[in-house]
Amino acid sequence: MATTLDMAMNQGEADKGDGVPVVAVENLEKSFGSHNVLDGVSLSVNRGETLAVLGRSGTGKSVLLRVIIGLEKPDSGTVRIQGQDIAGLALDQMGAIRMKMGFLFQHAALYDSLTVGENVAFPLEHHRRDMSRRERGERVRQLLGEVGMEGDVAKMPSDISGGMQKRVGLARALALEPEILLLDEPTAGLDPISSGEIDELILKLQHEHQMASIVVTHDLHSAKTIANRLALLDRGKVVIAGTFQDLQQSEIGFVKEFLRQS
Amino acid sequence: MSDRGTIDVASLDAPLTERGNMPSAIGRVTGLVGAFFAWFGNLGIFSWKVLKAALTPPYEWRELIRQLDEVGSKSFPLVALAGASVGVIISLEARYSLSRFGAKSMFPVTLVYTVIQVMGPIITGLVVSGRVGAGIGAELASMKVSEQIDAIEASAVNPYRLLAATRILACILMLPLLVIASDACGLLAGWFAQTLVEPLSFHQFIASGFRGATFSAFLPPTFKTMVYGLIIGLIACFQGMNTRGGAEGVGRAATNSVVLGSLFLILADVVMVKFILVVFP
Repeated sequence: MATTLDMAMNQGEADKGDGVPVVAVENLEKSFGSHNVLDGVSLSVNRGETLAVLGRSGTGKSVLLRVIIGLEKPDSGTVRIQGQDIAGLALDQMGAIRMKMGFLFQHAALYDSLTVGENVAFPLEHHRRDMSRRERGERVRQLLGEVGMEGDVAKMPSDISGGMQKRVGLARALALEPEILLLDEPTAGLDPISSGEIDELILKLQHEHQMASIVVTHDLHSAKTIANRLALLDRGKVVIAGTFQDLQQSEIGFVKEFLRQS
Repeated sequence: MSDRGTIDVASLDAPLTERGNMPSAIGRVTGLVGAFFAWFGNLGIFSWKVLKAALTPPYEWRELIRQLDEVGSKSFPLVALAGASVGVIISLEARYSLSRFGAKSMFPVTLVYTVIQVMGPIITGLVVSGRVGAGIGAELASMKVSEQIDAIEASAVNPYRLLAATRILACILMLPLLVIASDACGLLAGWFAQTLVEPLSFHQFIASGFRGATFSAFLPPTFKTMVYGLIIGLIACFQGMNTRGGAEGVGRAATNSVVLGSLFLILADVVMVKFILVVFP
């Protein structure tokens, strides 16, 4: 009998008609000391699809993203990016894979010694050396324009708010036109209005760029807004994955409690 | 111990806290020894990663030039002042000591050899370890705890190449130049301090001080400071990029960078002085 997860994965693949998911995680396990953070997590994302990963704090959502981008090595399981298993790749071998991905950190992780413009230009300076300085400048202005920060090119990260830092972080993540976008708590710490603006921005960018996106969040409202499918983690396992309607119709106690509290 | 002062055999099975502290002390010592070797092991792994990254293109020339400025030109004022101070101190002490033994004429050569062969390199190394080591350790630690290093890695840029290799190479290249600057300031200040008491022309001072000197007398002590630069840069980058624990971790990284950098610098000097004396007798 197919599990809820299997049905959700198949639904995702059927919707997009793609043979191979862009991101596929299978039986992922990761521990820190005796703390089992991920305990057999499996999920997949197709091109043009947004998967929101929800769960309580400390359930391994951010660790999942870090494993996908290769900042953490899994203890077991596979992580396939466009069919290639990356779990055993060394740092220099990950370069080509990472250039297909954009990552927005929870606190934006802007380089505090560089201006907003220099932050966004950073990936271009290292990977698009074919671009002239003028072309890079235009691309930076275009990216900052997409996130509504075109007037703040010369500002330092310490001079802008948390929400603005996230916008700049998003622009930096999009610099190399990634096929995969990973967002770690994009609305964490923001007021409801700023959260809504970030959600709208993510939706707009998703519509324009048709990336495969994984959004880690504890904000159910945000997840409902931006995601095609949702996956709920509890104690290192995927409890359920599917549309919001699937979650609402679930009889699983934890899912009901999570929806009730959100 | 029983009431009669004999050892109670049954108590030997009692918990450690009742039996005394010897086993826990042994455990602590073995733990410390293990941690000591683990630290060196991790430093070795880190060094290998940096070396591999440094030798693999694309090279980070712009960042290297920025670090050469940061390590070199921005350390110059402090190093010059330290060198000048050392020159004055040696001048005062040497004049007094040499006068007692009727060897005042040896003053120029004493000052020159002491500054260039001994005090200039070690003082410059310690000053740079304090300024540059702490700066690198704190900067990289701050980047580590705020996920900036992770962001660099997620951008498909090798942080060992961009951050560590450039800083270490800058330290290696700049230390000899800073030592030359420090030596020059030390000799100038030392000569000036002597001239205030007993006039001595600068030309005479240089001619006397460098009489019979060969390159092998001065070049090895100057270029041994490239090893100082390697130690300062490597330990500071290692401490910074392996920081944990927020603000406390940043402070600890900065402190450890200076303390360990200075300690290993002095220990390395012991070895290198002996090596130079053997190879360049």
